[in-house]
Amino acid sequence: MSYRRSKRDRVLVVDDDASLAEMLTIVLQAEGLTTSVCRTGDEVMDVFTSFKPDVVLLDLMLPGQDGMKVCRRIRATSGVPIIMLTAKSDTLDVVRGLEAGADDYITKPFKNTELVARVRARLRRNDAVGEPLVFGDIELDPGAHTVSRAGRALDLTPLEFDLLACLLSNPDQVFTREVLLQRVWGYHHPGDTKLVNVHMTRLRSKIEDDAESPQVIRTVRGVGYQAIAPTPVVDEPAP
Amino acid sequence: MIRRATGLWRRSLQTRVVTSTVLLVAIVVGLVGWALLQQIADGLTSSRTASAVAEARSGFEKAQAELDVAVETQPQAQAATLTQLVDAVTETDSGSRSYELVLEGPLRSGSGAPPVRASGRLAPGSLPPDLRSQVIERPGVFWRYSELSLIGSRSRPAVVVGSRLRAPGTGDTYALFYLFPLTEQQQTLTLVRNALLVGGLAMVVMVGGVAFIVSRQVLTPVRLARRIAERYAAGSLEQRMHVSGEDDIARLSTSFNQMAASLQSQIRRLEDLSRLQQRFVSDVSHELRTPLTTVQMASELLFDARDRFDPQSARSAELLKRELDRFEELLTQLLDLSRFDAGAARLDLADVDLARVARAAAADPLLERAGIIGRTVGADRPAVVQADIRRIDRVVRNLLANAVKYSGSDVVEIEVAQDGFAVSIAVRDFGVGLRGDENLRVFDRFWRADPARTQGGTGLGLAIAREDAVLHGGTLQAWGRPGEGSEFVLTLPRVVDPARRSTAPAPVVQRVFA
Repeated sequence: MSYRRSKRDRVLVVDDDASLAEMLTIVLQAEGLTTSVCRTGDEVMDVFTSFKPDVVLLDLMLPGQDGMKVCRRIRATSGVPIIMLTAKSDTLDVVRGLEAGADDYITKPFKNTELVARVRARLRRNDAVGEPLVFGDIELDPGAHTVSRAGRALDLTPLEFDLLACLLSNPDQVFTREVLLQRVWGYHHPGDTKLVNVHMTRLRSKIEDDAESPQVIRTVRGVGYQAIAPTPVVDEPAP
Repeated sequence: MIRRATGLWRRSLQTRVVTSTVLLVAIVVGLVGWALLQQIADGLTSSRTASAVAEARSGFEKAQAELDVAVETQPQAQAATLTQLVDAVTETDSGSRSYELVLEGPLRSGSGAPPVRASGRLAPGSLPPDLRSQVIERPGVFWRYSELSLIGSRSRPAVVVGSRLRAPGTGDTYALFYLFPLTEQQQTLTLVRNALLVGGLAMVVMVGGVAFIVSRQVLTPVRLARRIAERYAAGSLEQRMHVSGEDDIARLSTSFNQMAASLQSQIRRLEDLSRLQQRFVSDVSHELRTPLTTVQMASELLFDARDRFDPQSARSAELLKRELDRFEELLTQLLDLSRFDAGAARLDLADVDLARVARAAAADPLLERAGIIGRTVGADRPAVVQADIRRIDRVVRNLLANAVKYSGSDVVEIEVAQDGFAVSIAVRDFGVGLRGDENLRVFDRFWRADPARTQGGTGLGLAIAREDAVLHGGTLQAWGRPGEGSEFVLTLPRVVDPARRSTAPAPVVQRVFA
């Protein structure tokens, strides 16, 4: 239904391990995706600008610039979905990667099906089309992928956009982290709350006036998150 | 009150030192004072007695001489001579007279009590009876200590000297007694006793004070050391004791500081080792995982395409995939274990309802695939603990897998029990059970009930499960009986307290197998 279906989706694989990079290419090409491989962190930006990928698969441990830096550099110029490949299942590394701007992560070793599912999930969100949504002073247009608050355009990554759209689609409903993982990331990974937490923090820093005391997206302790329509500002009567 | 006092006695070294010092000093001072008083009393009385006896003796001689002079006159005159002697004493000023006199006689055998004449203030019956009979029966001078009871005043100690007198004319005998009061000596003695008492008390109090000060001088550094030791125990090894001088206290402080420094360096060394180990594990993890990923992806590709291979190649692809999965599991578990061993395992704590975990476990597809019925007991009311849900899920899945693989039971029961401090979740099967010490050995690394290893698996699952339990400050125990089944009980404290990890809670569930 979308224009993107007409051409093959493009995946940029950034990995220093030649065998793994080739294997990733084989598996992704078997799924009908176009791939390009980049072996070092330093040349990523050149390849990125010429190849124009729809998804980046990024190994966190790279020679030259490390994965985190590459991630931040890509994020600085583009909202393209980034999936980290990590051998470290340690929470801290994953959180740092997510904070550097990655949308999702996949821990080595992984199954081919899992890899493909994650990549597809990042590509699928491009297909979402719906009616423009008005929520208080927030306007969200799924067709154009734009969000504005009080007339000011907000620069959200596609994932942050999806997260916000999901919450706004049912105002006042409390979404558990599990449900958000299912709806936004497209798979069920019980207990992996850091993924939601990190992105929620970044989304809030973009849409909230004060991210420390969020007014639009409220945390419901022990349950999840909830979008609250901003109450219009009423002028206080003069004392 | 008494309990507080005994508590103080047991806890405070200073109280004990001061109290025992005061008690001992009181006993010593008491003994010395008593001996001193005795000596002084002896000295005082013996000199007084000697002079009293001498004075009395001369009095007797004088009286006897007067009797001898009055030999020609009548018996009445003789008696009168002696009476005058007594009366002369009575008439002198009571303040200045130094003795009292008692005259008995004439003594005639068998005619009742003889007439008695005593100097004025003396109460009757003041004479000690044994002295009286001695004097009457035999000639000579005798003396005794006795109480002198005077009319109108308190009785007081006295020396009584008595002798028999004989009137040569009539042959009558008289007994004459001198009573010398020891009032002066008594007063001196009282004075000395009071002085000793006050001095002794003052000494006891002062020694108590000295003991208090000295013990405090010694104990203050000890108490300081104790406080610092407590801080060491609590984990802060930065504190040092202040060292001044070269006495024992200073040496104590010095060795104390040396101990702390060596502890600190040991701990640092261990921390470094642990960090190194952690780094190594992390590096191995990365280095192994990348090629493993490639190999696994390739094997999956081959596995998916096995229909197009000849039978040998197809089977090889199957074996390759199966063993690679096992290899991956083994690698993951080994890394987990090495993280436990390095103390690098961390808990990601949240409130977890174990009743919910139990219900989910009973409905696990693992059981369904094996055709096993999952039942829950006591999982209808929430049983919330602080736990790392991923680890708890892993433990429970491990226990389920264990029951599915080895028990041969067709029912698995998951029971939840709780009290105020802990919650237990038990996985029970009704299969082959456990023999002998298997309930302990199942948690050994690489131990398997089935030596032929027909069931696959790594033999590390239960070892990791137990580490997970211990990390929460809980326990994982197993018990069973051959042919009747086995039960694995995971018990978690309500609140994870790292300081009390050594005191794990007892299982809350009823033990099925003794």
